[in-house]
Amino acid sequence: METLDFRFDSKPVPQAADPALCGVVGSGNLEILVQAGAQPNACEVSIKTSARGFASTWQAVLASFAASHPAGGTRIAINDMGATPAVVSLRLAQVLAEYQGGGQ
Amino acid sequence: MSLALAVRKSWFEATARTRVAGLLDAGSFQEILPPARSQPSPHLAQLELPGAFDDGVIIGSGRLDEKPVFVVAQEGQFMGGAVGEIHGAKIVGLLRRAAQEKPAAVLFLIDSGGVRLHEANAGLIAISEIMRAVLDARAAGVPVIALVGGSCGAFGGMGIVAKLCSAILISEEGRLALSGPEVIETVAGVEEFDSKDRALVWRVTGGKHRYLMGDCAMLVEDDIAAFRSGAVEFLAGWAEPAPSVAHLRAGQQMLENRLAAYASYRDGLQVWAALGVAEPESVPLLDRDSLVAVKEGLPT
Repeated sequence: METLDFRFDSKPVPQAADPALCGVVGSGNLEILVQAGAQPNACEVSIKTSARGFASTWQAVLASFAASHPAGGTRIAINDMGATPAVVSLRLAQVLAEYQGGGQ
Repeated sequence: MSLALAVRKSWFEATARTRVAGLLDAGSFQEILPPARSQPSPHLAQLELPGAFDDGVIIGSGRLDEKPVFVVAQEGQFMGGAVGEIHGAKIVGLLRRAAQEKPAAVLFLIDSGGVRLHEANAGLIAISEIMRAVLDARAAGVPVIALVGGSCGAFGGMGIVAKLCSAILISEEGRLALSGPEVIETVAGVEEFDSKDRALVWRVTGGKHRYLMGDCAMLVEDDIAAFRSGAVEFLAGWAEPAPSVAHLRAGQQMLENRLAAYASYRDGLQVWAALGVAEPESVPLLDRDSLVAVKEGLPT
């Protein structure tokens, strides 16, 4: 297992449902928990992943997410069981929509 | 595809959270120890494995057709729904609370291969505590209804727990047994049981077989709405009986009779023929309603 921590600048996100959760820690999948964070213009991400050695891939996927979505003011915790970057991006968008109250 | 199939929401494919949301009255579920407040397994962390925020089980209260109920839902996609220390403690805590607060029922959404082997003794103890807590809740007059239709079925210790419940509602996709097919093959050899033969596995452990044998009170479609209406219908006609020695003796006698009648058979097909099913080979292809009609027409 590898533990990774990142911080990205991002526009503040309006929060409706705190906390928000999506996904399951199953093979090729991950779960993401979004809670309110301390800094309104930044999102802090903490990852526990079963796949070692993918820090630069996580960095790229998360940076792209934080740039293209308003995700500031959040703490994002991830438990990962080998999800591909496409699945990670999908789940991030899904959980953020739920956090904003647009889930389901 | 028929309209009925198009609107069906598969129980088998759904996550535990989706099952709970669709099973209870809309918006009524109140989770106890939700992911942000629960704790992942410390044992898995020691083994360098990522845990789940809720340790693979969701507990809480809600309403089923207006009646107050408690719910336990295991997530089969996380470690095969296996029972670890925190996972088990959450279930036991909810069952003990049910014995005190006496909701109309506990709905136990089982989707589990049994003990989480990574947690060894802690998992085994958890399973034994769940067994005792199920019996205590029932002795307090609270029905505990097992709903089995997930990808992991109900195996190992959770197979025993399922049979300790007041009743089991199962779908064709659901499976119920003690040792899993791979375990039997590993221990006793492929000539005893071929776990790669999926059709055989379902003919011996699957929902239709369990229903025909009388192990499950109800066979329902693989549909969240069907599990909901099945649970409502079952509870409307059920009064939890007081525990009695006579009831245990009758159960023991039933098992002895079953062993005497079927122990030499190798396949569900043979058992169904002995039960009086006219065309046993047609059973795997029958839809739910036709199979219920077959069961109701059997000699008792």
